[in-house]
Amino acid sequence: MKVGVLALQGAFDRHAQELSLAGAAPLEIRGPKHLESVDALIIPGGESTTILKLAESLGVRNLLSDQIQDGLPVLGTCAGMIVLSKEIIDGRDDQNPLGSIDIDVRRNGYGRQLASFEADLQIAGFETPFRGVFIRAPLVERAGKDVEVLASVEGHPVFCRQEKIMTTSFHPELVSDGRIHELFLELAFASS
Amino acid sequence: MDKAVRETGTQLVKRGLAEMLKGGVIMDVVDAEQARIAEDAGAAAVMALERVPSDIRKDGGVARMSNPEMIEGIKSAVTIPVMAKARIGHFAEAQILQSLEVDYVDESEVLTPADETHHIDKWAFEVPFVCGATNLGEALRRISEGACLIRSKGEAGTGNIVEAVRHIRAITGDIRKITQADSAELFDWAKKLQSPLPLIQEIAETGRLPVPIFCAGGIATPADASLVMQLGAESVFVGSGIFKSEDPTQMAQAIVEATTNFADADKLAKVSRGLGEAMPGLEIENLETRLSDRGW
Repeated sequence: MKVGVLALQGAFDRHAQELSLAGAAPLEIRGPKHLESVDALIIPGGESTTILKLAESLGVRNLLSDQIQDGLPVLGTCAGMIVLSKEIIDGRDDQNPLGSIDIDVRRNGYGRQLASFEADLQIAGFETPFRGVFIRAPLVERAGKDVEVLASVEGHPVFCRQEKIMTTSFHPELVSDGRIHELFLELAFASS
Repeated sequence: MDKAVRETGTQLVKRGLAEMLKGGVIMDVVDAEQARIAEDAGAAAVMALERVPSDIRKDGGVARMSNPEMIEGIKSAVTIPVMAKARIGHFAEAQILQSLEVDYVDESEVLTPADETHHIDKWAFEVPFVCGATNLGEALRRISEGACLIRSKGEAGTGNIVEAVRHIRAITGDIRKITQADSAELFDWAKKLQSPLPLIQEIAETGRLPVPIFCAGGIATPADASLVMQLGAESVFVGSGIFKSEDPTQMAQAIVEATTNFADADKLAKVSRGLGEAMPGLEIENLETRLSDRGW
């Protein structure tokens, strides 16, 4: 199974490592032609302004959006969650997300770097806590009725799923715990 | 159920932000307007400073931390991370920058050093630090002092890539050699590099620095960015190279795209067109001050 990692900017190499450990073949995506051959995709953390801008200028955006609409399984972490959201609050005026999952997110909603934190998360279906690393993380302000919330912190969802789209406001690629990547691959396999 | 105990300022959180900046361009800006141009062009972060290195070089005198109003103006102008520079060893400047809630502090040789023996004890801070290095020993000493991101120094403000290449090659070259060393030789490496043994042993095992390695100092064109990325840098800092070029907006965008597509010569050829003049360059042997000699 080929899993693409959008490699325009950000922590794409850490996701690729986790995917290899979970038994998938990662492929770095830098242009539309790479996107055609993947069975699932990860949009990593990084800067959402940079990623959206490069997705546009490198001609990836439209194809990406179409493929997700056609059912391509996607995991978006941090900036990846912002890219997939319906609406961005406190972003740049010209920042248009893909609108693939029915959530509204506030950029840097947990604060700047000094407020970045780690915490144990209780995740639906996991027997033991998962260490969540939140870095200038987006805050989910609203999740639509079709969105399943798999974990939350102080009343705000931090791990969401809608059909084959998963998003986290934290960074599962930074902790040596492959459970979220495995969960995503299960979801993607089940769909293919 | 969803009440979480938050731990801030951990190594994971500090190094984590550096991970998020990978594959990106961090641009020097001197005011809010330049910061907006940088963000528009796709910068992953901006470095707030009073004068770009080529002007510091020209003007001479003591270069210090930027003033708080200027840093705050830049913070409110953009949504991306904002870094700022403190003088080497000047922990009071770093304390002020932490109080201003910048996202990263650069303990930088571009400013005039405040201490000729000691770097800042970076473990004492919640804000993460980036430090420059010209070789692996220097990088590991900075990491042992708590730096969470290393950038090769290069020679800032020259538009000349030769020193950046020397430094990144020195760092990655020694890492490659250490991965080939046997366990007894690692003691000698620690001695030779004047670095803590556990860090040397970690490199021998992983084949990489424990923190991300970016490149700075002399990057003036998309081709320069590609060169250092191909040599092992994970992101680039561009100082005078953007706002001292003929068309900063174009140059900024081109360097951002070149950093993402650093190994794709066709893309690089495309983004290198129509950029106007790059910043004027300087020969290293004609320099009065070698900024990269600062730091110990």
